[in-house]
Amino acid sequence: MLDLLDRLGAVTLGALARLGLATLFFGAVFARTWRGLKRGALLVREIHFSGVRSLAIILVSGLFVGMVLAVQGYEVLQRFGSADALGSLVALSLVRELGPVVTALLFAGRAGSAVTAEIGLMRATEQLAAMDMMAVDPISRVVVPRFMGALVSLPILAVIFSSAGVIGAYLVGVELIGIDAGAFWSQMRASVDFRLDVLNGLFKALVFGLAVGLISVFEGYHAAPTAEGVSSATTRTVVISSLSVLTLDFILTVLMFRGLN
Amino acid sequence: MNRSKTNVAVGAFVALGVVALVFMALKVGNLVSFDSAEGYRLEARFDNIGGLRVRAPVKSAGVVVGRVESIHLDRDTYEAVAQLRIRPEFRFSTDTIAAIVTSGLLGEQYLSLDAGGDSLYLKDGERFIKTQSAMVLEKLIGQFLYNKAAESSGDKK
Repeated sequence: MLDLLDRLGAVTLGALARLGLATLFFGAVFARTWRGLKRGALLVREIHFSGVRSLAIILVSGLFVGMVLAVQGYEVLQRFGSADALGSLVALSLVRELGPVVTALLFAGRAGSAVTAEIGLMRATEQLAAMDMMAVDPISRVVVPRFMGALVSLPILAVIFSSAGVIGAYLVGVELIGIDAGAFWSQMRASVDFRLDVLNGLFKALVFGLAVGLISVFEGYHAAPTAEGVSSATTRTVVISSLSVLTLDFILTVLMFRGLN
Repeated sequence: MNRSKTNVAVGAFVALGVVALVFMALKVGNLVSFDSAEGYRLEARFDNIGGLRVRAPVKSAGVVVGRVESIHLDRDTYEAVAQLRIRPEFRFSTDTIAAIVTSGLLGEQYLSLDAGGDSLYLKDGERFIKTQSAMVLEKLIGQFLYNKAAESSGDKK
């Protein structure tokens, strides 16, 4: 019985200590964001690494998600004789939910894990300690550009994902199934509001970029300096990022879209 | 050399993002066709607005001329008050009929303005005199049954 309590206490204290460490670390990152931003070349390199090189997976996933949505949506809508509403169905689900969320999940797997592994390996091979010795601040030199890279890339990727999805739905819905192209676009335009839907979706993507970026640099920076430590840090990045993206999405959706209709 | 290639790639990436956003604004969204700040306000009162919602289109002869901006209940008369935002290029005479109709059998409800013949036009903040409430299916069926019953009892006499 006492053993059980002992373990529960250890787990709770461990979680609290980790939370405190994360909060302090986030504070340190935010405090250095401005200084880190002045190094434009580093930021460009990170946007290239996590943004540009995620483009292929984002474009292909977006296209296929849109195509699947069109096929499935058509099956249901035509039962009610309103297949023309396919455009608004696809565009609203992409712009409001699927675009930001799926992009963030893919981004966590594709770029977040890579950032964690990179920083974790720097920690394991004592490169971060070496930087500290040379009076180079590792947080503003290594951490901030990678965090900012995620923050900038994710909204751009999310918009590209949604656009690719709409084009995919157009290809399947209009070219393949044969819905009227005019109805497809006009229904879409009638129901998608630029400010309420598109900009809110972008804001979601920005919040997800903040979360995924912070989690991946934190896990890398505080990884145990062993091969096993780096591997478990990478896993944690993907798991925690995905869970927080889905949780944040629920909260943001309730705040943004409840009571709209 | 290597860095400039990176710069070009990032530049192209950001440009692609801007193109996607413009696509969202013009082709997918309705940024251009409707600006909420533009236009003048009109008011329409109904006994029953049915399924009319905020942001529903206001159409005249099928063409969108504005949007429903807000809906609330008048506390004294128990009428539903809909505030409409009409685009400035359209004017409506004072005897225009504002009716709530449904597009298709089960489609969305919108506000239809049937232009009248009066030479006076409604100005900002004014109210439609003639309105027609939403068709409520239950009431319609009830009325139909009532009429049928009245008919058959009339036959017996």
